[in-house]
Amino acid sequence: MEALSIEGTAKTPSVKFDGQEGVIEIKGRSIPENSIEFYKPLVEWLEQYSGTPLDLTQVNVQLEYFNTSSSKCILDVFKKLETIHKGKSEVIINWYYEEDDEDMLEAGEDYESIIRVPFKMIEIVE
Amino acid sequence: MSFDINEYYSRLNGGDVLMAFKGSISSELISNVLEVVESRMDEYSESSKIRKKVYNVLVESLQNLYHHIEVLPEEMQKEFDDKFGVLVVSRHDDRYKISTGNFIAQDKVDVLRNKIDKINSMSRDELKDMYKFILNHQRLSEKGGGGLGLVDIARKTGNSLDYTFEKYDDTYYFFNLDVFIDL
Repeated sequence: MEALSIEGTAKTPSVKFDGQEGVIEIKGRSIPENSIEFYKPLVEWLEQYSGTPLDLTQVNVQLEYFNTSSSKCILDVFKKLETIHKGKSEVIINWYYEEDDEDMLEAGEDYESIIRVPFKMIEIVE
Repeated sequence: MSFDINEYYSRLNGGDVLMAFKGSISSELISNVLEVVESRMDEYSESSKIRKKVYNVLVESLQNLYHHIEVLPEEMQKEFDDKFGVLVVSRHDDRYKISTGNFIAQDKVDVLRNKIDKINSMSRDELKDMYKFILNHQRLSEKGGGGLGLVDIARKTGNSLDYTFEKYDDTYYFFNLDVFIDL
């Protein structure tokens, strides 16, 4: 299926969803006033991908900032990944955070406690 | 003596003011404010930890305003811009202060007051549980607000939310929220 690629802006992250490689990336800032519109194509892409996923899907989330409006949409993305993981395919979510950013680590742990997909917390040391 | 916006606004301007604004809270305004405050924090050589906290809390404060601002009746629109809100970001010896203000209909005052009082009474762990519950169980409103903003601010700052409601007229109050980020 076709890859999904969106360039980042000051308020929205860059997105690269590659169904051939099974690699999904969200990077940058996610602070739009209304995040539903932005995340809709991401959820739809995953919906389609969940029909024929690869054996392993690697998810890389590396956010500098995200607002509470985005937090629910990110949960929707993770719930789609949970559905894929419940099938025969494996999903791993790599959650990146900068070394002094305890809030971002805690946000990842919040998701980890809600979503039944293995998380890897990865500290970025500068 | 009823609420005086100018007196209120000048009262907020203590400490080193990084940004002060009163007027229409639009998406573009939010982008501009974030950009200005971010570069002002660079001038203070703030640690990345503090910069991130201030930025995060500022985003939530501004977007709370953006999502919850009342449409004012015509006679008030002569004096105040559409989507009228107030924002002051200031730096003091030991903390940052983010003040936001907006009009609120009288019949919504109690609900908001109770919500903030409840948040202020909660421990760190209780706030975490509340955040996760709302995240997992409530849908986003059409406007994009999720009811998580104040809980998130309380969690990230670790401080109570200071607020006042000042009577403007028989229908409206002016709501001020002061949020503190310790240095």
